[in-house]
Amino acid sequence: MSNAATLTETPQQADRAVTIYEKSVPGRRAVQLPPTGVEETPIDQLIPSHLLRETPAELPEVSEPDIIRHYNRISRRNFDLDTGFYPLGSCTMKYNPRLNERVAALPGHARLHPATNPADAQGALELMYLLQESLSEICGLPTVSLQPSAGSQGELAGLLLTRAYHKDKGRNPGKVLTPDTAHGTNPASVSMAGYEVVKIATNADGGVDMDDLRTKIDEDVACLMLTNPNTLGVFDENIAEMASLVHEIGGLLYYDGANLNAIMGQARPGDMGFDIVHVNLHKSFSQPHGGGGPGAGPIAVSDRVEPFIPKPQVILGKRSFVDGAWITTAVEGGAADGDLFFDLDYDRPKSIGRMRGFQGNFGVFVRSYAYILSLGGDGLSEASQLAVLNANYLKTRLSEGRAGKYLPVAFDRHCMHEFVISGAEMKKQLGIKTLDLAKRLLDFGFHPPTVYFPLLVEEAMMIEPVETEAKEHLDEFADAIEKILEEAESDPEIAQNAPYSTPVRRLDEVGATRRPVIRQL
Amino acid sequence: MAGYTPATSDDQAAMLAAIGVDSIDELFSQIPDGVKLGRPLDLEDGLSESEVYKRLADLASWNRHAEEMPSFLGAGMYDHYVPAIVDAITSRSEFLTPYTPYQPEVSQGGLQVMFEFQTAMSELTGLPVSNAGLYEGPSAAASAAYLALKATGRTGLVASRGLHPHSRETLATHAVGFGAQLTEVPLVDGLTESKALEAAIDENTAAVFLQNPNFLGSVEDIATLGEYATSKGALLIVQVDPITLSILKPPGECGADIAYGEGQPLGNRLDFGGPSFGFFCAKQEHIRRMPGRIAGETTDVDGRRGFVLALQTREQHIRREKATSNICTSQALNALGAMVHLSWLGKEGFVELGELLARRTDYARKTIAGLDGFELLHNAPVVREFAVRSDRPVEELLHMSSDPTEPAPYIPVYPLGRDYPEYEDSFLVAMTENRSVDDVHWLAHMLSHGQAGWDEHIHEHDDEGNPVETNGNVAEAADGAEVRQEAIR
Repeated sequence: MSNAATLTETPQQADRAVTIYEKSVPGRRAVQLPPTGVEETPIDQLIPSHLLRETPAELPEVSEPDIIRHYNRISRRNFDLDTGFYPLGSCTMKYNPRLNERVAALPGHARLHPATNPADAQGALELMYLLQESLSEICGLPTVSLQPSAGSQGELAGLLLTRAYHKDKGRNPGKVLTPDTAHGTNPASVSMAGYEVVKIATNADGGVDMDDLRTKIDEDVACLMLTNPNTLGVFDENIAEMASLVHEIGGLLYYDGANLNAIMGQARPGDMGFDIVHVNLHKSFSQPHGGGGPGAGPIAVSDRVEPFIPKPQVILGKRSFVDGAWITTAVEGGAADGDLFFDLDYDRPKSIGRMRGFQGNFGVFVRSYAYILSLGGDGLSEASQLAVLNANYLKTRLSEGRAGKYLPVAFDRHCMHEFVISGAEMKKQLGIKTLDLAKRLLDFGFHPPTVYFPLLVEEAMMIEPVETEAKEHLDEFADAIEKILEEAESDPEIAQNAPYSTPVRRLDEVGATRRPVIRQL
Repeated sequence: MAGYTPATSDDQAAMLAAIGVDSIDELFSQIPDGVKLGRPLDLEDGLSESEVYKRLADLASWNRHAEEMPSFLGAGMYDHYVPAIVDAITSRSEFLTPYTPYQPEVSQGGLQVMFEFQTAMSELTGLPVSNAGLYEGPSAAASAAYLALKATGRTGLVASRGLHPHSRETLATHAVGFGAQLTEVPLVDGLTESKALEAAIDENTAAVFLQNPNFLGSVEDIATLGEYATSKGALLIVQVDPITLSILKPPGECGADIAYGEGQPLGNRLDFGGPSFGFFCAKQEHIRRMPGRIAGETTDVDGRRGFVLALQTREQHIRREKATSNICTSQALNALGAMVHLSWLGKEGFVELGELLARRTDYARKTIAGLDGFELLHNAPVVREFAVRSDRPVEELLHMSSDPTEPAPYIPVYPLGRDYPEYEDSFLVAMTENRSVDDVHWLAHMLSHGQAGWDEHIHEHDDEGNPVETNGNVAEAADGAEVRQEAIR
């Protein structure tokens, strides 16, 4: 970074945003379709004209080189993980192995239709089965449904499972407990499942306030939703007691797996007493985030919740031909007489049903299974150890010097894979907010950590350095924070007006919401 | 073992010293002994890259995919040609590896793609408001229902049986949480029965779900059917196949409040069902109840044009339990694939594709309806998919062997029996530009073979008119299946 405060426009800034629509020239095109090969019947002889479109949809008229150049140019206006450190808390921005992209693109995976008869999709079903088994071992819970499309859909599935579980027992409790540190999706999912959210306070150590929990727990509680380690990066030591409190009143325990990267091979949600866990394959299991998807949110469940999981479920079974139809009966461990067969089991009378179409985000399963095979049990365990080591090291670096003075760690103790610092002192003493610090970090070539979350920490900054970052990158990040604080001591306006070097500078987000312009034409 | 982790033992020692602990284990001391795993995970040891590749390639080889045998499977996902530039662009690190655009100053590429995508989807559906994408088609139905229930304060949902069975099942699953009731309306002659639809809608109906073309491939008269919904104050919600919007009247011109659908046919590979994306468009009045991400145009402090996530106050990270949806994924990479594909097709090519499909589908439909033992399930107009009834039971027809227990491949068409017991004797045939006229002839040949019970040798002719036996692939597949049994054991 040269002179940061300069207002001279960079070449990239001078290159104003132009959309593909604005590059459109009538008559230009890229595609050439194969010949139809049959008679060119007028379309209105095939479909009545009142059901047909009168004017073509406005799509860009561009050549293929135009398209490549356009998207390559605008791609450079993105910051990405392959280019720089991306310590977004609770997002687990770990390296995305390219091997996984290669195996996902094999035609046997990429061009396999989801409605292919299971007999012709044995490889895909076996892969799903093996991933279910692997996640089951990692989570310490016997059954896994791969169906949910993302963490939030996994949460909603889990809450609908909770509802089905209680209904089956003839109960209808109405409340779900969530700590005030919970991810925003938790309360949103609770509402969509028709439950009332009851917030639980956080104690002085950053864990669940047990007294508050005891006050709020009663027969009307369907479920306690928890992230452990939580969004403060703190492992809640009272987990066993919480589990028994919830189980005593007949409730279930839900584990938000967003922070699973801290504990793979160290501890398992199932062993902590959780009944339902969702796993973000795009976090701990290296699926690229894609700028906001795709991901996948499989759920692992205990035996008492198993009857209710979404259908269809992938099973390994023995197949027999009875009365003109095939029936597959699940077998344990793969030992059985007769033909072994991977199948989709629809015969699940207590199932909550489908959360989505077909069998889930299979392409994500391929990548995550390749990742699990690459690391193995030891490798996953080591990944979590090194993620925790990196987080504690960076936390240590940030408790030195100016960072230590202006950016104290919230709930300071050994953290797990992430930690939270507060910008409240910085704001008071230097006049710069957490947002300003984040924006200034952009000029130093870093993606800022998650900001203003969790909500209970004032001016929060949540930092998750992940295991795939080298020590020197953590040092560079800590040095950048030190430098920004140092320059703010003499001139807070530098941070207040940052960033300077990015493709655009601070954007008017309020205006974009007040007078939304959300399309071109 | 490839942990993709850079920390050497020296690095680790230096970091531990800085932290002031002796071992990594000490950092885990906050995990109580009672819940520590205390043993290695019971998983295989890590493999080298070449071994992992081989393992996955072996698994893939057991799948009979559309490159190996012409696939006429559809039912919402279609084997379209995905142009090479889609792979080139979506595999760029700048699009592949960022998170959601929470820092707009360094996410302009992704946000601009969302803005372009929203424009294109609004054009396709004829509705002014589009979000940046949802998970996929059927769960977008659930999102539409949630919006309708909140917007109307009613609790009834009515769906045509022409709506994709996965969408209806997904609606039923979610309705339990939403506190809504779902009613289905039957089909007659391949189309939604209008009298039954009218009767199913009452003052408590929040939304009416139709699909166009419907699951049996029929083009519905959405404008006429939709009046039953709108006249009673219910929202009209239409699931659409985006490719057919090249030639069909857009739902926005038929009175729809919401149009949504499965985005896979636009620039996304089949991937055995995902990941793909869902699209979701609505009338202006629903903008503040929309689910998911929406990009908006704005300016920076110096007046430069830029893009941000707009209307975030609808969303879970701000609104929490009062959010319009829990969804925080827009399937950005998949939506990018769609935008590149749509740009490649362009304004003219998109229409040409729709017309090609309608014509080839008409040819395929007539060809198969003319075979002995087959007839059309309905005569309604279609664009790219149609339903056929078979004299021979569908399982026997499609399984390429005279011995039902012999391992053999299946003819890749979609049997209707699981989803529609009333059409147990029928199946769907789907077309894409990848399915040539020759492929149609191959399908007709195989279906005739199946109808004859697979025991008679049906011969094709080579270029010189000599008979060629064509069930060789059947025997080959049977051998393969036996080898596979060994592999599973």
